[in-house]
Amino acid sequence: MNLLKTILLLGAAFLAVFWEAAFSGLRRALGGQIDLLAPLMVYAGLCAGLPTIALLAAWSGLCLDSLSATPLGISVVPLFLVGLAVYGSRELVLRDQAFAQALLGLAAGAAVPVLTLILLLTTGHRPLLGWGTLWQVAITGVAGALLTPPCFILFDGLHNWLAHARAAETSFRPDREIRRGRG
Amino acid sequence: MLKRPSYIIVGLIVLLTLMVLNLPSHTKARLKLGIGNLFLPLLGLAGSSQQLAGAALDGVVPPRRELLRQNEALRRENQGLRFKAMEGDTLERENARLRQLLGWQTRQPHKVKLASVVLRDPSNWWRSLQIDLGNRDGMSVNLPVLSPQGALVGRISSVSLTRSQVVLLGDPSCHVAAEVEDPSGDNGVIGASGPLDSGFVELGRLSGNADLKPGQLVRTSGLGGIFPKDLLIGQVVDTQPIEYGFGTVARVKLAANLSALEEVWVLVQQ
Repeated sequence: MNLLKTILLLGAAFLAVFWEAAFSGLRRALGGQIDLLAPLMVYAGLCAGLPTIALLAAWSGLCLDSLSATPLGISVVPLFLVGLAVYGSRELVLRDQAFAQALLGLAAGAAVPVLTLILLLTTGHRPLLGWGTLWQVAITGVAGALLTPPCFILFDGLHNWLAHARAAETSFRPDREIRRGRG
Repeated sequence: MLKRPSYIIVGLIVLLTLMVLNLPSHTKARLKLGIGNLFLPLLGLAGSSQQLAGAALDGVVPPRRELLRQNEALRRENQGLRFKAMEGDTLERENARLRQLLGWQTRQPHKVKLASVVLRDPSNWWRSLQIDLGNRDGMSVNLPVLSPQGALVGRISSVSLTRSQVVLLGDPSCHVAAEVEDPSGDNGVIGASGPLDSGFVELGRLSGNADLKPGQLVRTSGLGGIFPKDLLIGQVVDTQPIEYGFGTVARVKLAANLSALEEVWVLVQQ
């Protein structure tokens, strides 16, 4: 497991949850709050190991539920399922392509609220539902599509900046050294 | 697609979720509180940055003429309010005297505490917010919460040491017994609203022959024991018959703007 990447992702998830709860300008303008955790899960699904995905889902889900009226633990499962789905198909995805990242962000952004609502309804809770929910899911989907590519740029940049630089390979090979001299 | 360790991790996550969901409610509430408290430093940081921004804006002083005009307007408003307060005092004394003569129970006065809204529910399917008053400030569950203008906003649903969660009108868990200001005094219950229209709620459980008109005020009826009587909720926008005309449901425009709340009053019983 790449520890630095994991720490960066967990820190970003913490800040993302706080931003969603503390700043509601976009919620007022768009009619629903955007979800910043879905792009993080897509990044983790494509670039990190399964333990990191599990840790990120558990941490961000618990943080989100602690500031919400959602019962504690409900948000963990949808986030983890999205991360797992991306992780399972990472070999088939051109992860360096912004278009692929945006499409995955769109799907993840829409899937997380839908799965959470299904879980809430299955566990006997009564969330606010109506035709407006479709609009809110669309908003989170589009926000996921728009935010996922910058998420890759940001985390790859941070990782390159903070991690040790990869040692450059030299052309020197000891087995090909021509020994010169007498004898 | 997935290897064996993957299944172990999936199992662990499912186990963790099931464990958390099945915890006793008080343990779950404590855990929620503990995790929520991790955000306290960020709340302090956000508060101080707002103060800094305010201090920076203080440097931009409006012209003297404008200040004098505002001062004069405020002085007049202050005089008017003083007169109204004096009138109110007289009416209150008179009311108490009449109640005593009739043998009615005197009304318990309410104390209000001002609170700042610190966080809003990050999910789109609940309508709740958090305020900066908690257990140590005398907050308890089910205390009514009002807007700065005095209109009902919701009630406190859970309390921690330094913060409280308020469920707002329109949330599925916030029901209020209400009464319409019409000659027959129709009673109903304020229930949930749609996910987008935070300015409107539904007034249900009205009788089929309820004769409501747009513009009529809706206030708390005092039934149910949580909200005191006569708190303003909003006004009727339109009505619609339901259940083949045996019932009526009315759409009510809330008097408080729930999406723009910065500060609220909490009504504390003395």
